[in-house]
Amino acid sequence: MADYNIPAELMEALKGKFSGIEIMENGDVIVPAADLMAFMTEIKENPDTAMDFLTNLTASDYKDRLETVYNLVSITHGYTLTVKVKLEDKENPQVPSLCPLWDGASWQERETYDLMGIVFTGYPGHPTRILLDDNFKGHPLRKDYQWEGGREA
Amino acid sequence: MKTETYTLNLGPQHPSTHGVFRIILELDGETVVKATPVPGYLHRGIEKLAEARTYTQVIPYTDRMDYMAAMLMNWGYVAAVEKLMDIEVPERAEYVRVIVGELSRIASHMIATGAYGGDIGALTAFTYTFRDREYVLDLLEMVSGSRMTFSYFRIGGVAADLPEEFFPAVRKFLGELPAMCDEYDGLITGNEIFQARTKQVGIITPEMGINYSLSGPTLRGSGVNYDLRKVRPYGIYDRFDFDVPLGQNGDCFDRFRIRIDEMRQCKRIIEQALDQIPEGPIMAKVPKVIKPPVGDAYAEVESSKGVYGCYVVSDGSPKPYRVHFRRPSYINLGYLGKLCEGWKIADVIAILGSIDIVLGEVDC
Amino acid sequence: MGENIFVGIATWLRGLLSGAGVPDMWNDTILLVVKLVAILLFILVNALWLVYMERRVCAFMQSRLGPIHVGPKGLFQTAADIGKLLGKEIILPKGADLLVFLLMPVVIFIPPLLIFGVLPFGKNMVAIDMNIGVFYLLAIASLSTIIFWAAGWASNNKYSLVGGMRSVAQMVSYELPLILALLGVIMITGTLNLNTIVDSQKSIWFVFTQPIAFLVYLIAGMAETNRTPFCLVEGESEIIAGPYTEYSGMGFAMFFLAEYANVMIISAMCTVMFLGGWLAPFGLDFIPSWLWFFLKMYLMIFVFMWVRWTYPRIRVDQLMGFGWKVLVPLALANIFVTGVGMYIFRAIGWWS
Repeated sequence: MADYNIPAELMEALKGKFSGIEIMENGDVIVPAADLMAFMTEIKENPDTAMDFLTNLTASDYKDRLETVYNLVSITHGYTLTVKVKLEDKENPQVPSLCPLWDGASWQERETYDLMGIVFTGYPGHPTRILLDDNFKGHPLRKDYQWEGGREA
Repeated sequence: MKTETYTLNLGPQHPSTHGVFRIILELDGETVVKATPVPGYLHRGIEKLAEARTYTQVIPYTDRMDYMAAMLMNWGYVAAVEKLMDIEVPERAEYVRVIVGELSRIASHMIATGAYGGDIGALTAFTYTFRDREYVLDLLEMVSGSRMTFSYFRIGGVAADLPEEFFPAVRKFLGELPAMCDEYDGLITGNEIFQARTKQVGIITPEMGINYSLSGPTLRGSGVNYDLRKVRPYGIYDRFDFDVPLGQNGDCFDRFRIRIDEMRQCKRIIEQALDQIPEGPIMAKVPKVIKPPVGDAYAEVESSKGVYGCYVVSDGSPKPYRVHFRRPSYINLGYLGKLCEGWKIADVIAILGSIDIVLGEVDC
Repeated sequence: MGENIFVGIATWLRGLLSGAGVPDMWNDTILLVVKLVAILLFILVNALWLVYMERRVCAFMQSRLGPIHVGPKGLFQTAADIGKLLGKEIILPKGADLLVFLLMPVVIFIPPLLIFGVLPFGKNMVAIDMNIGVFYLLAIASLSTIIFWAAGWASNNKYSLVGGMRSVAQMVSYELPLILALLGVIMITGTLNLNTIVDSQKSIWFVFTQPIAFLVYLIAGMAETNRTPFCLVEGESEIIAGPYTEYSGMGFAMFFLAEYANVMIISAMCTVMFLGGWLAPFGLDFIPSWLWFFLKMYLMIFVFMWVRWTYPRIRVDQLMGFGWKVLVPLALANIFVTGVGMYIFRAIGWWS
């Protein structure tokens, strides 16, 4: 399988610019929520990386934290990159919205808010539910979500 | 003269929304001022359900997303789990996957083509493509025993080997496929009224397409050469010689036409796969109980609607900790509201149809 | 022998009545009522048959079978459908204008009935021989638009309203080319009487001398009857049957049948004005004249169905554009050419 990760020297340069980021063994990048917007702007606008396509945006609920996951692609260079943001505050998770950078983030962020309860800040009209009813209580993809009548409760 | 806009509720029960999809249209006469898409009427919580099933039990759920190309939906999920477990899929299984996957793509594009004709008003096109789709379904039935929700893929391979009678049947079908495509071209693509209805309607510029994370024929119609099978070949797609049809204008017509061209390319891929397919096992050595190591993996395949991705998180137990599906239909719809503004009611139908959504996938 | 079968019945009835001592005035009235009832029956039976025919033709073009189970070759399918619809509840939408809403499916059959009264079905076979037949016909034919519009308005449904408005817009744009196309024929014949128009096609049908008028008439006629590619009023995939959205049961069935009655009218008009009406071509007059009329009418109906199941639907602005920018100028040009042609032909004495 061919390797589509961003070349190591570019990653080093990024690491130099953003000291808070953490580069995992498999190439995933963990970014603090505060740096997310600046980091994303940098990798999108920098012609060396040119991560212009936000493929996937989702989140995962772990015991100690929530984690948003962003899968980015550079159509120009063919690189792929996974960016993760750890949100320690499970009661009131907030992460900056990426809508100003990618309009494609809008529906995915709404879905993530709807199902996982992560609030994406900084974009008008967010957060709103998209799949579930507006009056729905709770966020079903949270591990602590209680549902009635589940077969394997 | 003082005029007022009015609100028209298109759906959720409407023949042209391809299921239970709703668009709230604000209209000035017949012209759309504002369009607000409202998905969610078919939301079944597959991602939540998957957390309570074993890894293998999730496969049938993926069928229920894009039930028009269920094979490809299987593929994305098993690819993610295989990536997580680092499983090497046997050669023959890879070829079988390509063959059934491309057949599924043909079936899906046939529906898209015919249903689009129906949306524009030519209901006859619908019956022609559905007649031909039966052949594909017969072939896939030979392979999997099912006609729509196949659940044919397994983690590490496929459920069963291709039967003996499949090979002559698929070759016969592929022999007839170009004639079928020509028929659709003659019946729909070449029609003056059809072209008048679709050309220069609902134009997506390449920049907007990329910005809105569109994929599949919706993005390629704008001329962006982004087909995963070419740019990041997964499985064994790097062994096949095929072209990626691209549009020039990014209008409804281009998006529609690309699907017919893609069917012709699918034929090329399947023929090469049939020629090259080796003998061998169809399942990798996979433990009885699938317990991937702790970690996460994200894998993508090119489904008929666009980039279909699957994100799987494992906590080491036999059940997935978290599964997320990147459904191309859902994300492609994100641009619909903006795209419809300024067009007529009839164009809304034309634009929605050209994006080719399946509601099972949109709402998941 | 078949030639005079209907005329014979009428003569026989008249003789019977006067033999029974009925005064002449009453005699005429009774005969007229009988004729009109016969026409009403004819329209209804034909509409039933046309629904069946449409489904079979459609099935044939879509490589399927269509209705085959009810009765021999599925002939009673429409009757069964109507029976089913009769048994359905008529749902009255909230906020609908009930009087208009319920009246419209009833009056929808009036314009077709009024028109068939003046159509010459065969030699000497016309219920009312009117010397302004064409004029009357065009005036009445546009009435059904008002009914569609009223039905759409009364339904209190936006889809219906859009459909009704489209119906009016379509009528305004396409009535004009329709009339202008017929003007060419009227100029040549110099009469508005339908019988005389048919008679003057003895040497050559007007479809050959007025081909452009025929085409314009055909296209405008399709638009008038709201058939694909001009079925914007119904627009199943956009506005879901438009004015009929809220109608259920028999109300819907009436609109449905009226559509076929309208198709019959346009086809019959086409036959009378351009295809020589009841005149037998190639001297094949052993076939009765009324049968020729029906054969030609059904040929036209088949063309309508053929087009319907082949073409997609055009958009509302394209519809207007096509009507005003293509059909009207074409029809006007046709009138001009016809006039010049007539003048030249008269001048050189080929035609008097």
